[in-house]
Amino acid sequence: MKYLYYPGCSLEGTAREYDISTRAFMAAMGAELTEIEGWTCCGASAAEAVSELLTLVLPARNLALAEGMTPPGRDILVPCSACYLNLRRVEEKTRGSHDLKDRINEALAVEGLVYHGGTRTRHLLDVVSRDLGAAAVARRVVRPLTGIRVAPYYGCQCLRPYAVFDDPEAPRSMEPLIAATGADLHPWTMGSKCCGASHMNTKMEVGLKLVGAILEAAQGADAVVTVCPMCQINLEAYQRQVARQTGVAGTMTILYLPQLLGLAMGLSPEALRLDLNLAVTGGFLEKFRQTATAA
Amino acid sequence: MALAEDTAIDLSSMPEAASALADIRAMVQPCIQCGTCTGSCPNEFAMDLTPRHMWRLVLLGRTEDVLASRTFSLCSACYMCTLRCPRGLPLTEAIGRLKQLAARRHLSHLRSGDLFYRNFIASVRRHGRVREMEFMGLYFAQMMNPWLPLRYADMGMRLMRRGKVTLQLPSRGGGGLNRLFEKVAEMENRS
Repeated sequence: MKYLYYPGCSLEGTAREYDISTRAFMAAMGAELTEIEGWTCCGASAAEAVSELLTLVLPARNLALAEGMTPPGRDILVPCSACYLNLRRVEEKTRGSHDLKDRINEALAVEGLVYHGGTRTRHLLDVVSRDLGAAAVARRVVRPLTGIRVAPYYGCQCLRPYAVFDDPEAPRSMEPLIAATGADLHPWTMGSKCCGASHMNTKMEVGLKLVGAILEAAQGADAVVTVCPMCQINLEAYQRQVARQTGVAGTMTILYLPQLLGLAMGLSPEALRLDLNLAVTGGFLEKFRQTATAA
Repeated sequence: MALAEDTAIDLSSMPEAASALADIRAMVQPCIQCGTCTGSCPNEFAMDLTPRHMWRLVLLGRTEDVLASRTFSLCSACYMCTLRCPRGLPLTEAIGRLKQLAARRHLSHLRSGDLFYRNFIASVRRHGRVREMEFMGLYFAQMMNPWLPLRYADMGMRLMRRGKVTLQLPSRGGGGLNRLFEKVAEMENRS
């Protein structure tokens, strides 16, 4: 399977391990990723707070670049949920509106680009759960994560507003993947609840409350697994402040989905760059070490 | 709930605000005031107006009361209200329009979000891709609150130890997007 790849800005900075583990996992699954040449920021959540047209033009620039890549016909794989929604929104909104496409293309003309409307943007979780599938992951598992309990955290923007590959309120697409690794599922209802997104930067008290509720519900799990760099950093970076507020002490391991899957498939913690995560506990690593002796 | 007097806004200084709000009003015109949005919102606990109340004020054309509230700025774009609205209204998108309307005014009670988003977008304009350290540094500087960076110091140190943020992140995006930004601004001023 071949995909175009849009990493997005976070995956070059604070979420480098998401980029590295996504590439390593996809390669191990036999999928080929080609980075879109010259890609730029999708606008994140900032463009929508500033300008309606910019919200569409910034992602459309990348879709136009993707259309220029040869060979054509490959889906665009996006690991970041915010990038995914921004790119996908342009596809959804221009599908029925030539006026909107013309407006976007008037702006893109200064870059010498045209967006024709022929792209298909897919979230990483969509591709892993539907194109690759849990059975294909299970076939490659060499180190079952027996005894490790995992809470799947989906967040918002890979699920909503466009319900493409999962139930937008009660998602379950990660469950067969977790089962494939041999890990246990931490049953909870917080998987599709909001982490507060950029509130953590502008209204920290609000962000801490949302993250606190998620981390509290995750108690009993050995790790929370995410599919978005924003969710990831909100859950991993402020655990001390959350502890002061909620009284729930202790660090919770927060991993990206391809890191968890990769571990079970025999990729090393070093190759998956677990050292770059902000919250991986000694307890989790010890449990992971024990899986080696069991295997 | 009564709105604080210090956030009162003089609409005479913003002639186009009323017409922009008319567009937003059209987006939520079929609202039946059921309150599903309020019941679905994860940030409602921190809002001065409930989402349902805010939409009522939008429908009544009470622009000044809407812009004086913090409610729309507390939307984290989780799209739960959009998903559940029984009238199928694009509520999160309409809130985005309210944020854009407020951003053009630089309202003092929304200063942190305003500065955060503006510095973020300015970084994209300069480099094509976001330089996290640069825009967070400018954001902290412009907030002029010496205590603010301390709340992020622990995270910042851990990020730095892992080499995740440096002062010179290479921009491989092929330079800035100045022309594109200028064109978008020209088109938006025209319409």
